[in-house]
Amino acid sequence: MAITAENLGKHFGDVEAVKSLSFHIEHGELFGFIGPDGAGKTTLFRMLTTLMLPDTGSASVLGLDVVREYKNLRNRLGYMPGRFSLYQDLSVEENLRFFATIFNTTIEENYHLIRDIYIQIEPFKKRRAGQLSGGMKQKLALCCALIHKPDVLFLDEPTTGVDAVSRKEFWEMLKDLKAQGITIVVSTPYMDEASLCDRVALIQKGTILNINTPEAIVAEYGKPLFAVKSARMYELLGALRGFSFAHSVYPFGEFVHYTDSRAEAQPEEITAYLAGQGFTDAEAHSIKANIEDSFMALMESPSGQEIP
Amino acid sequence: METTTTIKPDERESVITTEQLTKRFAKFIAVDAISFSVKKGEIFGFLGANGAGKTTAMKMLTGLLSPSSGKASVAGFDVYKQAERIKQNIGYMSQRFSLYEDLTIAENIRFYGGVYGLSRTTIADKTGALLQRLQLEHARNALISSLPLGWKQKLAFSVSLLHEPAIIFLDEPTGGVDPITRRQFWELIYEAASEGVTVFVTTHYMDEAEYCDRVSIMVNGRIEALDSPRGLKERFHASTMDEVFVTLARPSA
Repeated sequence: MAITAENLGKHFGDVEAVKSLSFHIEHGELFGFIGPDGAGKTTLFRMLTTLMLPDTGSASVLGLDVVREYKNLRNRLGYMPGRFSLYQDLSVEENLRFFATIFNTTIEENYHLIRDIYIQIEPFKKRRAGQLSGGMKQKLALCCALIHKPDVLFLDEPTTGVDAVSRKEFWEMLKDLKAQGITIVVSTPYMDEASLCDRVALIQKGTILNINTPEAIVAEYGKPLFAVKSARMYELLGALRGFSFAHSVYPFGEFVHYTDSRAEAQPEEITAYLAGQGFTDAEAHSIKANIEDSFMALMESPSGQEIP
Repeated sequence: METTTTIKPDERESVITTEQLTKRFAKFIAVDAISFSVKKGEIFGFLGANGAGKTTAMKMLTGLLSPSSGKASVAGFDVYKQAERIKQNIGYMSQRFSLYEDLTIAENIRFYGGVYGLSRTTIADKTGALLQRLQLEHARNALISSLPLGWKQKLAFSVSLLHEPAIIFLDEPTGGVDPITRRQFWELIYEAASEGVTVFVTTHYMDEAEYCDRVSIMVNGRIEALDSPRGLKERFHASTMDEVFVTLARPSA
């Protein structure tokens, strides 16, 4: 097992940031913690990377206890924090050399690990890190986290605020690293990135809602789900919520996702109801849930976000 | 068939118009002669890859940055000569610029109402209506720092509409927000637009691009495409906006 956590918890004042989490991650896995801001992802990562002491429970990474054996562990893990934390006034090359040196290695020794990523920023190696674009900063941070050849890599929200194309490129890089045998633990608020992981934990308010392969999580979606469409989308939301069998109604790109409260339902029933409400153009078809549908179903209810 | 008498977008007046709007920083052209217009009550999605020039364009449209050349008017005011008037007539909200964490909900509303020159009675009326609409009456004296991110964002949105601006600029308003709150946020956007507010919004969530009436996609400082989500998907033979975006934003990929 690459990572094990038993009842791992952390609170700040009255806020329980991480609530007694237990999970394990296998060697060589690409594992995702998927959840919104405030879910506890960063606190969890800080505990697993030995940067913060847990209040309760324990965790080990690569068989090393995160509290007692932190010194050994730090040599074997790589961590890319959510906030850019390289030296802004050192150049690209200087940053990389610095991180190699503090881990008693050289850029040359582990160059093969970062080569594919580093060649993309090499033309700017004399530029100060603070003057790089967001995408280049991210690539440099990844190189710095990899230069000591870690066995496990923690990436805290590497794609937040990054455009859709750069996000795809970043996941390609992660796939290549996984192929080299590195265990990768990544957190993200983007639900669509779940399908790129071997297994995911859906996390919200310090609690794991579900942990499994993305395929297994969506297969557990319990209710009939339909994609519904009309030219008048905003009005369609209200109309569907007025349907007596409606369980949940959410806008979902060009469709509205409608969940029926019954065990079985037919799309024709929905379109017939909508036609009666003046939506003669409405179309509905049965669909399989995706991770975001599952996440929302697991979030108890919209009142799950009430004021504490 | 539809019996509503809503005016079609193209028959409505334009509230944002730009012509060859350009911004240069030394030799670098951040925004390269963009021309477009946005109609009253429209939800206009302003997309582009990181570094495409969106932020620079938005700064010019909100009166924060003077253009190098070209023309633009926002809410009827000229971006060169009437930047202050623009600021009075628009709302702005982003994840980075939001409410004051160590003030309460009511104090934030009073503060922003004051900044926009609303009278005490108006502020009091608006505070009540706003809290009722968001079902936050019980939390009026809660500190912003105690609220979940999703509530902060919904509140920040409503506060940015306090002075009844013609246009609201939203810069990645839903980043990091949970999926249910993200959708509730978009319903607030729909509601504002249905009341005639023009919504100018940036996002990295491609499903949210589908909620816009029209979407522009910026690439290297230019607007490479501008149409309804349906029109864009047809033109690029794509089934989702994500595909459209990938095709345009990295032609080489």
